[in-house]
Amino acid sequence: MPAKIISVEGDMAEVSVGGTLFKAGLQMIEDAKPGDYILLHAGFAIQKISEEDANETMRLLNEMNDQINF
Amino acid sequence: MKYIDEYRDEVLIRKLAVRIRESAVQDLAFMEVCGGHTSAIHRFGIPSLLPGNISLISGPGCPVCVTGRDFIDKAVVLCRMENTILTTFGDLIRVPGSFSSLEKEKSEGADIRIVFSALEALDIARKNPGKNIVFLAIGFETTAPGTAVTVQQANMDKFNNFYILSAHKVMPPAMEAILNEGVKINGFICPGHVAAVTGSSIFDFIPDRYNLGCVITGFEPIDILQSIMMLVQQINNKTPQVEIQYNRAVTRSGNLIALEYLKRIFEPCDAYWRGIGIIKGSGLKLRKEFDRFDAGKLITSDIRSIEDDGSCICGEILRGMKRPDDCPLFPLVCTPDNPVGACMVSNEGACNTWYKYRKDE
Repeated sequence: MPAKIISVEGDMAEVSVGGTLFKAGLQMIEDAKPGDYILLHAGFAIQKISEEDANETMRLLNEMNDQINF
Repeated sequence: MKYIDEYRDEVLIRKLAVRIRESAVQDLAFMEVCGGHTSAIHRFGIPSLLPGNISLISGPGCPVCVTGRDFIDKAVVLCRMENTILTTFGDLIRVPGSFSSLEKEKSEGADIRIVFSALEALDIARKNPGKNIVFLAIGFETTAPGTAVTVQQANMDKFNNFYILSAHKVMPPAMEAILNEGVKINGFICPGHVAAVTGSSIFDFIPDRYNLGCVITGFEPIDILQSIMMLVQQINNKTPQVEIQYNRAVTRSGNLIALEYLKRIFEPCDAYWRGIGIIKGSGLKLRKEFDRFDAGKLITSDIRSIEDDGSCICGEILRGMKRPDDCPLFPLVCTPDNPVGACMVSNEGACNTWYKYRKDE
């Protein structure tokens, strides 16, 4: 699930999933900082979420959205 | 919430459904490999948005479902040992073994604790130096790196009371086994979180050798519908390939740090998949230099595991051969409160998901 990093202490972070707080191990990702979004799985951040790629996906979807009219 | 709300936009969902309906001109069946996808597909009502000629079939990617009775039996033996605390992810506790379940053992006094991560289990070991702590390590490439981080930590800190019982598995050999058995599908909705770790390239053999498309998919309704559209387009264009829909989390090469942890701590082994059998090279076991953390070494007695009940069709469901509503036990005999098979236990299991969302159809 996507989680927002609230704070970082060593290789652990406090992250928020829709307002619920969890601990996340940061051993598998680099340069994590508060405000970043990560994928949280079984207590670990397994990947950073790329805002740039997410925006590109939404741009393509919105293009399609504009092409189809009900 | 960011990365969730925008992928649940109702108008966009309806338009994607229209686009799929316009594009799909033949009968098509796609397998969602991941249990997380099975759950999301039914929770969001995706089948009701698809045209009648597209069907979705659940695959073997629910870790609890494919964990064998023998693993539960070993866990039961371990939790009965003196001075032992067994730690596990929640779902596993209710899976029936050959002669007991962890839930039953807990009700009879065994010290079994639900944990959210392997590091929590290590913390319990730190706080209980006089006891042996066993962590039940199940899950695919998504979960195994976390176990690897924890074993490395236990090794560095010279723990002598922390053990894991590994049933970690890797996905590609199971997908290959199912294809070799002849499952009738036209493409794979590939697991997004497995691929976030491994990268998309682990699925290259599927278009190369089986001429089937693979789209690595996120877990929101727009992710799933967009992936189905991409698979339909691959079929229409006759261009089976590995594509990444879930590009906000998945790259071609994956998470290299997580992969390095996996390689350092584990090595491949043959593994038993409930309902499928032994699949060569599909498991992960501790490398020799870390095998002092292997909980299996604590077991000295012979354990005779029994086969699954013949009337339960979990195996055929996990292989994509049957659906939960094909099972004579569904939905009256086998229920989430009284599960016969593992597919009814886990929240990611096909039977559990169908029971929650589709039992009245």
